[in-house]
Amino acid sequence: MTEIVRSTAATLAERIAAGEVTSVQLTEAHLDRIDAVDGAVHAFLHVDRDGALADAAESDARRARGQARGPLDGVPVAVKDVLTTRGLPTTCGSKILEGWVPPYDATVVTRLREAGLPILGKTNMDEFAMGSSTEHSAYGPTRNPWDLDRIPGGSGGGSAAAVAAFEAPLAIGTDTGGSIRQPGAVTGTVGVKPTYGGVSRYGLVALANSLDQAGPVTRTVLDAAMLHDVIGGHDPRDSTSIAQEWPSFTEAARAGATGDMTGVKVGVITELAGEGWQPGVMARFQESVDLLVKAGAEVVEVSCPSFVHALAAYYLILPAEASSNLAKFDAMRFGLRVTPEGSPSAEDVMRATRDAGFGDEVKRRIILGTYALSSGYYDAYYGQAQKIRTLISRDFDAAFARVDVLVSPTAPTTAFKLGEKLDDPMAMYLNDLATIPANLAGVPGISVPNGLADEDGLPSGFQVLAPALADDRVYRVGAALEAIHAEQWGGPLLDKAPELETE
Amino acid sequence: MTTSTTEALMPFDDVLAAYDPALGLEVHVELNTASKMFCGCPAEFGGEPNAGVCPTCLGLPGAMPVVNGKAVESAIRIGLALNCDIAEWCRFARKNYFYPDMPKNFQTSQYDEPIAFDGWMDVDVEGETYRVEIERAHMEEDTGKSLHVGGSTGRIHGADHSLVDYNRAGIPLIEIVTRPILGAGEKAPEVAKAYVAQLRELIVALGVSEARMDQGNLRADVNLSLSPKGSGTLGTRTETKNVNSFRSVERAVRYEMQRHAAILTSGGSILQETRHWHEDTGITTSGRVKSDAEDYRYFPEPDLVPVAPSREWVEELRGTLPENPTARRARLQAEWGFSDLEMRDTVGAGALGLVEETIAAGAAPQAARKWWLGELARRSNEDGVDLVDLPITPADVARIQALVDEKVVNDKLARQVFEGVLAGEGTPDEVVEKRGLAVVSDDGALGAAVDNAIAANPDVADKIRDGKVAAAGALIGAVMKEMRGQADAGRVRELILEKLA
Repeated sequence: MTEIVRSTAATLAERIAAGEVTSVQLTEAHLDRIDAVDGAVHAFLHVDRDGALADAAESDARRARGQARGPLDGVPVAVKDVLTTRGLPTTCGSKILEGWVPPYDATVVTRLREAGLPILGKTNMDEFAMGSSTEHSAYGPTRNPWDLDRIPGGSGGGSAAAVAAFEAPLAIGTDTGGSIRQPGAVTGTVGVKPTYGGVSRYGLVALANSLDQAGPVTRTVLDAAMLHDVIGGHDPRDSTSIAQEWPSFTEAARAGATGDMTGVKVGVITELAGEGWQPGVMARFQESVDLLVKAGAEVVEVSCPSFVHALAAYYLILPAEASSNLAKFDAMRFGLRVTPEGSPSAEDVMRATRDAGFGDEVKRRIILGTYALSSGYYDAYYGQAQKIRTLISRDFDAAFARVDVLVSPTAPTTAFKLGEKLDDPMAMYLNDLATIPANLAGVPGISVPNGLADEDGLPSGFQVLAPALADDRVYRVGAALEAIHAEQWGGPLLDKAPELETE
Repeated sequence: MTTSTTEALMPFDDVLAAYDPALGLEVHVELNTASKMFCGCPAEFGGEPNAGVCPTCLGLPGAMPVVNGKAVESAIRIGLALNCDIAEWCRFARKNYFYPDMPKNFQTSQYDEPIAFDGWMDVDVEGETYRVEIERAHMEEDTGKSLHVGGSTGRIHGADHSLVDYNRAGIPLIEIVTRPILGAGEKAPEVAKAYVAQLRELIVALGVSEARMDQGNLRADVNLSLSPKGSGTLGTRTETKNVNSFRSVERAVRYEMQRHAAILTSGGSILQETRHWHEDTGITTSGRVKSDAEDYRYFPEPDLVPVAPSREWVEELRGTLPENPTARRARLQAEWGFSDLEMRDTVGAGALGLVEETIAAGAAPQAARKWWLGELARRSNEDGVDLVDLPITPADVARIQALVDEKVVNDKLARQVFEGVLAGEGTPDEVVEKRGLAVVSDDGALGAAVDNAIAANPDVADKIRDGKVAAAGALIGAVMKEMRGQADAGRVRELILEKLA
């Protein structure tokens, strides 16, 4: 492996700016790395070698004219296949969109292009982002670079594995109930779910509109902050996007990297621990909390009693919205079309296409959501779930009245084996226990690597949650913890990952 | 169609002896905003199919809606004009059902939180006023339009494929729903018609829609049920869809009353269903069965934020409302000098706006009334279309009256000008030109005809010479005959009297 692909995005940006390397060289290096390892990892569904190199050449030309567009101009990025890309296939991991090439870019993608980041390709995911292991991709699972027999988390396992395997320095993920943070935790990488409305959802193929949020997937907190600064901010095409100026997250991350936590009040969430939580994960979590105390933080335990109902509420709200969102996949205007024998009606074609095009997990959630919204059940299911949602927001309000940030392990366990939970949806859903409350309340969260569990030597993640709009806090605290750990470990956690065999 | 088209009907008077009708009207108004309800595409239907579309109105994956502020403004103005309360906070909702011409397979509409609610409109029918209560007016989007190809009927049945034009998908609609209208009795058909006609008048005055029923800018669904006379209950209703003219609204109500009564009287029960109205035969046929249990799985649209019009804005919009209809009618009647009966007939014919525009274009009030309620009303009856849908404008009518006033044509020839304009032959002046209808008032041409008439009728000429001026009529008739009616009768009379003085 060439040294260059192990560099952080921040370092790459500096080196391009210093003229030590060109965008074409480092884009090529990442494309070569993809060629070498992605056969085993399968992080990508589509690699756009020509497009990425053309973008890189333009970036170099711009820089030569003294017209670089920003710090990350020329640093390549991978994009989860749930965001539309003009001229590049967008499948959402589903057969029903096989071969679909959108005529338009998602706002996040537009912003990446405007900032000069070459797009390496589209990353693998659970079909329509439904899953916690990427095993529900219709195009085959992604594998965890730490152990190829294990899952990389989900739904954004492709983006997390791509940065963990040094196939991309930066990636975009989306997080509906933990799909950025949980893959980050199990692959030893960093993932941030911004405040709901902080990053435009225009062009993000909706799983659950009221929960979805796109965000950065990286190897360091600073890289995540720099990427967030590129993609964030108000978008008039997304009515739920927040119209306000955001502070520089890059600066917040740099401030946090001093490791000084003096004056920061940290709350440990009582409900996110206990039975079912892997001892090694809990041990690393306690260690990280102790390190924060040593760094000057004041730590208290905070109870959020409604969090125990979060999973139930989530699995009503998400399928309800998803069942409606996925109705548009009907073979009439785009995507797969299956025409039954005989002289079928439009409705027959819709039925046959949806039957062939959607996987089992997608069908399961469409059925759940349709049921939850049905007249006579609406109040008991969807209506109750919305009330739980309000209670969870109130728990957050009360907690944030006492502390600056809340912390928990990101996921209850380390990466499990492929196939281990595939037949047990409930066990699969439990992966997101700690990440779901943030989506229900719209607050921002980060997962940073905090060591390897003793039982299996696999990475665990530390989650930091902040009040809505206070995304800068997750960068500040995340960067502090990262700096403290790096000092303890003598380098980034990913240095401990096994070398992947190259083709 | 598999449905029987000959259903038993009860004579209308018998219906009323046994039953009370309950009416309900749902009117969809297509707004004339520049762009669609949730995207920037032009809100114009027609033109090159699928030219006015984007990811949002095509329902492509990832696309998101943004509310058209002008449409919200129009909705509020309509609500205020209908004496509604305007919601301080309301949301859009998804109405979920699969339909090939609906891009997302859900319609973004409003459900339990309409922008306007609890209003009323007073409707005048033959001098009596009925207060129609408005339950709600809400915002929603139109669907695409399917064209079924290969069948004989243009309907989906028998077609071998269908084409969909999404230019219409996403055009803003306001749906105005009445509460059940009770107590109209024998006037139910007229009340229904008058409500739709006066609602259209209001929409036109607001300037928020082209409001052409024949173009589908204004579409009425008629709900009707009967209950045993005096029972005070509500019977099972049918919903007759897309009734596209005022007179069809009246006919559809009348037809359904007679059909329901025949079924109920013979011991049958009404099937709750949608009915299709057939303009040509004047009947309804069964559509799809619709029960209250039909489940649209409504839930609040998560891609849109609530609409919360400030009270200041609402009051500002209230200030832009046109005069209320009752005050307007009183003012116009005084300005025009119409009798009560003349005014009532004008309103009843749905001609108030047309007469007003004709007067604004220069015609005298009585002349404007005379043409719209005479010649044109006759044509509208014959052709089975509403006055406003006749292919003639108020400006045309005013011009024809001007041609009469200028003595270019007389009243009789004016009727031919109307015929020509209605037949699409051009403007009134073009019709006069093409048909050679201008009356002759040129003394040279008239003089020769007068001389001929005097020569052919020496007896009559003598009487006139003897001072019996009344006898001139016979000579005038002879001249008009020779000139095939295209002579200025007044001038002919003057010439005759001059020559025989």
